[in-house]
Amino acid sequence: MDTKHQTNDKDVEKIMGNLLRYGVIFSALIVIIGAVFYLLQHGNEQPHYVTFLGEPKHITNIKGIFLTAFNGRGRSIIQLGLLFLIATPIARIILSIVGYVLERDYLYIIITLIVFGVILFSLM
Amino acid sequence: MTILLFTIIIFGFAVLAGLLGSLTGLGGGVVIIPVLTLLFKVDIHYAIGTSLISVIATSSGAAAAYVKEGISNIRLGMFLELATTTGAVAGAFIAAYISTSIIAIIFGLILILSAIASLLKHGDHLVTGNGSYLTRKLKLNNSFPTSEGKQDYTVKNVVGGFFMMNVAGVISGLLGIGSGALKVIAMDNIMRVPFKVSTTTSNFMIGVTAAASAGIYFKRGYIDPSLSMPVVIGVLIGALIGTKILFATKVSTLKIIFAIVILLLALEMIYNGAMHKI
Repeated sequence: MDTKHQTNDKDVEKIMGNLLRYGVIFSALIVIIGAVFYLLQHGNEQPHYVTFLGEPKHITNIKGIFLTAFNGRGRSIIQLGLLFLIATPIARIILSIVGYVLERDYLYIIITLIVFGVILFSLM
Repeated sequence: MTILLFTIIIFGFAVLAGLLGSLTGLGGGVVIIPVLTLLFKVDIHYAIGTSLISVIATSSGAAAAYVKEGISNIRLGMFLELATTTGAVAGAFIAAYISTSIIAIIFGLILILSAIASLLKHGDHLVTGNGSYLTRKLKLNNSFPTSEGKQDYTVKNVVGGFFMMNVAGVISGLLGIGSGALKVIAMDNIMRVPFKVSTTTSNFMIGVTAAASAGIYFKRGYIDPSLSMPVVIGVLIGALIGTKILFATKVSTLKIIFAIVILLLALEMIYNGAMHKI
């Protein structure tokens, strides 16, 4: 391995570490904001988790979550935070693809693209 | 019980789960699912969805530190993620078609395996040399920093490890846990990767694996915001405290106590599953 390759590798790893850390902190903050809204709105009601009902439509698709979150609905804001959390490792994969493109590592560009495709498939 | 009180109690358990999970290396999911289903009678689908989210949070949080220190083998992780993500998607699909009782029984069995694996002494492997054609082609050989400088190592048995990772992925997608125990078996015992590298790389992979099945759980409505909120925040805080005190405490006694607790939870899960109470 030449030195240029090595520094490049290290840089990408550093950015990746920061991306993961700030991604988690950012998502957690949104979840906490949503929690405040939610508990103020529904804190005194009774919970119901014993039977599986599935979540209402507006918080199981990305568009619905964005729409209702900006209306100040606590559960939607939490769900938005959870979506960002799921997106953190996905962002990490996109960053890896960029790194491998810069290194011209074609084998790993393909491997990473396949992993990315599998995750997109599950989200779509 | 009001939602506020319920949220606070769940939060407390989640902090404890995150703390114990990070101290013992088993992750928070193995505690939080039995606590939610057995203690709070939460439907196991909700419990699994919630656990998946907390698994992503702790994995990304911890991986950040290891990646920066250069211990994780990023290429090895990425290559094995091919196996874990496809497995996780398959596992999440299967979860919809088998009964919750059977999920509970499988969960109990995996818990027992994890508890035993956490007690066994880890053999620290170090294989050097050029490696096989496949390891060279995939650039899996790497080095990690030690106090005496860089230590090179080689990865063995790529195909076997890949297959085991596929199984770990299915289990992760089916049960909503990181299945760190299976990942360590794949990397430690089959691929002979040094212990430090295998644990950090496994942690690095868990987030991506969980994200692959989280999408499916999300769409199905298995992820409930009001339940996930105290769990995610609690497990994150617990894990953070865990990493801070990890170097200050003796972990061995704690590990044994935790393994016994997990064993009891596992038996309870299997019993409830067999009696169709879950």
